[in-house]
Amino acid sequence: MSAVRCIDLCKTYRQGDQDIKALDHVTLEIKQGGFVCLSAPSGGGKTTLLNAIGGLDSPDSGEVWIAGKRIDNLSKGDLAQLRLTQIGFVFQAYNLIPVLTARENVEFVMQVQGVPANERQEKSTAILEEVGLKGLESRRPAEMSGGQQQRVAVARAIVSRPELVLADEPTANLDSKTSDELMQLFVELNEHHNTTFVIATHDQRVMSYARRLIRMLDGRIVDDINQRAA
Amino acid sequence: MRALAVVSMLAWRNLWRNHRRTIVMVSAITIAVWAMIFMTALMRGMVNDMIRDGIRALPGHVQVHHPDFRDDPSINNLIPMSDAALTAAFSRSDLDGWSSRVKVPAIISSERESRGVTLIGVDPELEQSIEGIGSNVAEGRNLEDVNDGGVIIGRKLAEKLDTELGKRVVLMSQDPDNEIADRGYRVVGLFEANLELQEEIFVFAGKATLQKMLGIENQVTEVAVLAADYRDVSDETEQVRALMNGDVEVLPWQELNNYLGSMLKVMDGFVLVWMIVVFLALSFGLVNTLVMAVFERVREIGLMLALGMRPASILGQIIVESILLLIIGLILGNTLAWASVVPLQDGIDISAVAQGMEMFGASSILYPELTLDDIVLANVVVLVLGFFASLSPAWRASRYEPIEAITKV
Repeated sequence: MSAVRCIDLCKTYRQGDQDIKALDHVTLEIKQGGFVCLSAPSGGGKTTLLNAIGGLDSPDSGEVWIAGKRIDNLSKGDLAQLRLTQIGFVFQAYNLIPVLTARENVEFVMQVQGVPANERQEKSTAILEEVGLKGLESRRPAEMSGGQQQRVAVARAIVSRPELVLADEPTANLDSKTSDELMQLFVELNEHHNTTFVIATHDQRVMSYARRLIRMLDGRIVDDINQRAA
Repeated sequence: MRALAVVSMLAWRNLWRNHRRTIVMVSAITIAVWAMIFMTALMRGMVNDMIRDGIRALPGHVQVHHPDFRDDPSINNLIPMSDAALTAAFSRSDLDGWSSRVKVPAIISSERESRGVTLIGVDPELEQSIEGIGSNVAEGRNLEDVNDGGVIIGRKLAEKLDTELGKRVVLMSQDPDNEIADRGYRVVGLFEANLELQEEIFVFAGKATLQKMLGIENQVTEVAVLAADYRDVSDETEQVRALMNGDVEVLPWQELNNYLGSMLKVMDGFVLVWMIVVFLALSFGLVNTLVMAVFERVREIGLMLALGMRPASILGQIIVESILLLIIGLILGNTLAWASVVPLQDGIDISAVAQGMEMFGASSILYPELTLDDIVLANVVVLVLGFFASLSPAWRASRYEPIEAITKV
């Protein structure tokens, strides 16, 4: 079964007097356990595609399927439930809730899911150790570096073992060393937990970690490369 | 339930995120709640004092008269039961206090002045039980029994008549045959009342002495009954009606003095209006605080929605934040109001403006009255209206589109 399937997706934005085609008949399938990078110049449609896959944005036409379930016609409440239980998100910036500690941020999704406190604590302790943040559990976002904050965001995204993790420019605000560490972490999680990763980026270094690279331009997929095979 | 735990924690943390703003808002709520409760306690104290003074002047909470007595308070409108029959009936009841009286209009004359007064013949023993004005003798002695030959007059009346304790005065009224009935009395006591007007118009004599003067042995014009709680005298009114035979009028104080009776209702309405007005002034600050709090957290709200938090939880988070703010303000406001009222239990001397106050029946000492009903009303008004005031910013926050909110600069 496919982790993600997009069929003939179209999305047009109006900017001033112009219609901008953010998605132009995009069809795409990603298998479970895939490690995919969406690459495009700014305005190329990668973030719009990622948002459509994550149920954060609705396409004008076409279909989006996640784990065999069509989601583009779901209600807001059902989409919220889908994001809560099946998808992990890592955004470019402003990833964490400032008034919560690193541990509380990691536990946030589980708490909304209704996971018991002891189970939450057990899982958050393990995942924070896994992402190299042991000892920083009580720090608030303002007391951590950008890299550490992104690690907390990654920990939150994967702690409840979602089938799919969507990351939008996760390394945009990080230095190269921290970017490499974060990508290494993604790869390990992908390999160990068979989690599907879809990463939108225009960073060549990030693309080099992907097993599949999808290049977009003006809302269309112009290239779909299996890098491992290559 | 699980959502409530999450939103409560987030609301509490966010409350102290901008602690200066929160402290300013809590201070505003505290002062508003204090103003609601403290000012209400002052007004309630003043009005209740006016009502109690009015009831003391009636006196009693329930009165029995001949049906025509209120229109024509003359000796011709006697209660059609003998005083002995009344005493027998009321003595068997379990009423807190009662007194039968003879009340007639009269002229009092000293050797220098004459004035129109209300002459009241009382049984001093029974009168104590209804806490009438005449039982508050400040100088001299009280009446000893129903046959006492002296009178008690108000201190102000003594001044007006240019007379004093121990001097004789003449009281003149009409008997049932419309003949002049008069008698000389010695002033044996001077009473004081909160209102000078009451000191000027009431004169108390022994009931039997007055009955003899007027030629109405064993008959009275009025029975006054004291109830357990002056606010609700319906039970006592029914009890007295059951005791009476013949054509009589049994009325609670609210109907005997419509002005006093309506004051209670007017006061309750005024208190509610006052609290709502104070809250409306406060609500501008509250709504502004919440709007700012939401505006500052647009991206954060977008993030929470993107992670799967439902809009209803965002709505709840802002409302809980508002309620927490209100609860802190209420606790402090209630405490401050209590701490302000307790030291003033002995009364506030407003004698500098007492004459003006007396024009509408208030005394020169103001006793604040903190009632549970008023405290509950203030708290409920703040919480309920606060809840509604916070709905608009909370609704706006819950309507954000996650992706638009998260990318907002």
